[in-house]
Amino acid sequence: MTDTQTALPRADIAASARTRRRWNPRSLLSKRESPVVLALLLLVLFTYLANPRFLAPQGLKDLMLNATIMMIMAAGQALIISTRSVDLSVGSALGLTAFLTGTLFATYPSIPIIVVFLAGIAMGAGLGAINGLLVTTARVPAMVITLGTLYVFRGVNSWWAGSTQYFAGDRPDAFGNLSVSLLVGIPIITIIAIIVIAVVTLFQRYSRSGRDLYAIGSDPDAAIVYGIPVGRRVFTAFVTNGALVGLAGVLYASRFNSVGAVTGTGLELQVVAAAVVGGVAIVGGVGTAAGAAIGALLLTTITGALTSVGVDKFWQQAVVGGLILASILIDRLATLRRARNLRKATS
Amino acid sequence: MSSTSRGRLSLKVGAILFAASLALTACGATVNDSPASPDTSAGTDASPTENAGGGDLSITFIPKQLNNPYTDVVLGGGKKGAEEAGFTTSNVVGPLDASASSQVSFINAETQAGTSVIVIAANDPDAVCAALKEARAGGAKIVAFDSDANPDCRDVFVSQVVAKDVATIQLEMISEQIGGKGDIAILSATANATNQNEWIKFMEEELASNPDYKDIKLVSKVYGDDDDTKSFQEAQGLMQANPNLKGIISPTTVGIAATARYLSTSEYKGKVALTGLGLPNEMRSFVKDGTVKEFALWDPAQLGYVSAYAGKALADGTITGKSGDKFTAGDMGEREVGENGIIIVGPPVRFNADNIDKYDF
Repeated sequence: MTDTQTALPRADIAASARTRRRWNPRSLLSKRESPVVLALLLLVLFTYLANPRFLAPQGLKDLMLNATIMMIMAAGQALIISTRSVDLSVGSALGLTAFLTGTLFATYPSIPIIVVFLAGIAMGAGLGAINGLLVTTARVPAMVITLGTLYVFRGVNSWWAGSTQYFAGDRPDAFGNLSVSLLVGIPIITIIAIIVIAVVTLFQRYSRSGRDLYAIGSDPDAAIVYGIPVGRRVFTAFVTNGALVGLAGVLYASRFNSVGAVTGTGLELQVVAAAVVGGVAIVGGVGTAAGAAIGALLLTTITGALTSVGVDKFWQQAVVGGLILASILIDRLATLRRARNLRKATS
Repeated sequence: MSSTSRGRLSLKVGAILFAASLALTACGATVNDSPASPDTSAGTDASPTENAGGGDLSITFIPKQLNNPYTDVVLGGGKKGAEEAGFTTSNVVGPLDASASSQVSFINAETQAGTSVIVIAANDPDAVCAALKEARAGGAKIVAFDSDANPDCRDVFVSQVVAKDVATIQLEMISEQIGGKGDIAILSATANATNQNEWIKFMEEELASNPDYKDIKLVSKVYGDDDDTKSFQEAQGLMQANPNLKGIISPTTVGIAATARYLSTSEYKGKVALTGLGLPNEMRSFVKDGTVKEFALWDPAQLGYVSAYAGKALADGTITGKSGDKFTAGDMGEREVGENGIIIVGPPVRFNADNIDKYDF
């Protein structure tokens, strides 16, 4: 049972690597992402028909800003999940970097904004390195390790922050404006996020180490036999994800009013949900950062759409849950069909 | 070959040790965080002997959760009150999360330590009840503050303000700010928050019955769960779903701050009025940039202060918690126990550009 499950995606990858070697714009959004994109477009269309203000300039801006932070985190998580790991500590890591941002501005009011960004990214990468080191050396499933670091990071945050909170008023206006200013109609931080996500996706698709991540996720043992430096690749994935979470933490401090001991609590599940909805299979081996980001966009848009048409928010969680189940079912059906086709082709 | 496998083994052991030490640090951090838990047991271990020696009184505050800025101000007032009232030891213990059952173990520890007065803000009126009854059986006096426990299991409840006053002051403010007519909405905490729901109920009654508010229409009630991000999105949803919205009342500190942050960065700034209950430190920048004209709150320090004196009066036997009992709460003067053992601290304070800099909490 497990054998067929793990072996088939591997064959799939070999096949897709062969077909994707040549540049093909249509393959940029593979089949895995198209249902999500379709769902997103339909959602936006129907909400717009129900309430035209949904796509008014302010509504559109809110839509993009709400999704930005989650999109960055989902893209990072896609890297990790595609290696058949998971990082559950991202909510706590975001809390720490957001609080670092608040602290830096409160302690050094004239600190250049770029330095704060670099510090946040560096701290996130450091936290990711801790996760990566533990996962690759201890050989314990990442879920257990990062569940531990979820609490460790949160504990450190509680100890560090205590009841201190930093508010938007404590930070320079220029920093707060980052998350609301527009460039050709698109918020600046959304543009940053899109660039970052595009880079990560291209890396996944076209670079050798990027392809290695999928190979590891499809079959870790085969990847070792094949000579892929599994430990190093997984470690790098965790560090990259950490850096992205660090970036998200800084942006969080720019966007929201307060950062403190509980900032980011519970975000990890939303991030994993976004990645799964965006076509990143939880068993590893498939899915892209772009897909995960679109998943994040879909989930935040659902919340926005449902509040915009005045649907009770208790239904919102049920809708999100239904989406996760639907995407897993679709994925499972597609896998089964692919398996049948492959069997037909080989026999 | 064998050397490499040994190398890997030691690496593994090292990693496990590292993980374990991290896990321990985690515990350490949480314990540090509630400095109270180890400290108290040490402090209260000593206090029974002290009690035996000279009848010294100890008081312990159990807030809804630690690391909450609002709670810190309440406890600051409580500490001051406890010193002035003559308690020899005062402690703070409490959970890091505000869940229903998280306070029980702390109450049990206080019972065992023989603490004379327990001051508690109940996360759930009934979940703490059994533990509090046990504490009372052991001779402790129970003062509920901020959020009431079931009246059967406490002696008195010190309430910030009269619930009705909180409701009316918020309606007065919004009415002034929108010129007495138009659509308004409420952005609350969780859908089952006792305090907020009581205030909202009074507001709805007042809107329906008071002719001054006949042109004001409450069009929507939404819940941000006292979460920055959720409140933020609920505020956006309110704007989109109600194009004619003139004002928002947010009777919760998290909600009003998140809504203010959203309004201040949107096209609605200055066009849609916002008021409610907020902390001056959190709201200062929004009052100064014109997003918010005026909001209200009680002085949280006074709540802790009066609670400490109420505890002292109970322990001394000056009051028993029945209606009509009177005691003196230090600088705050005389307070009377009302029906159901409720003690009221004082009227809410309005904060605006003129006075906000005088407050630091």
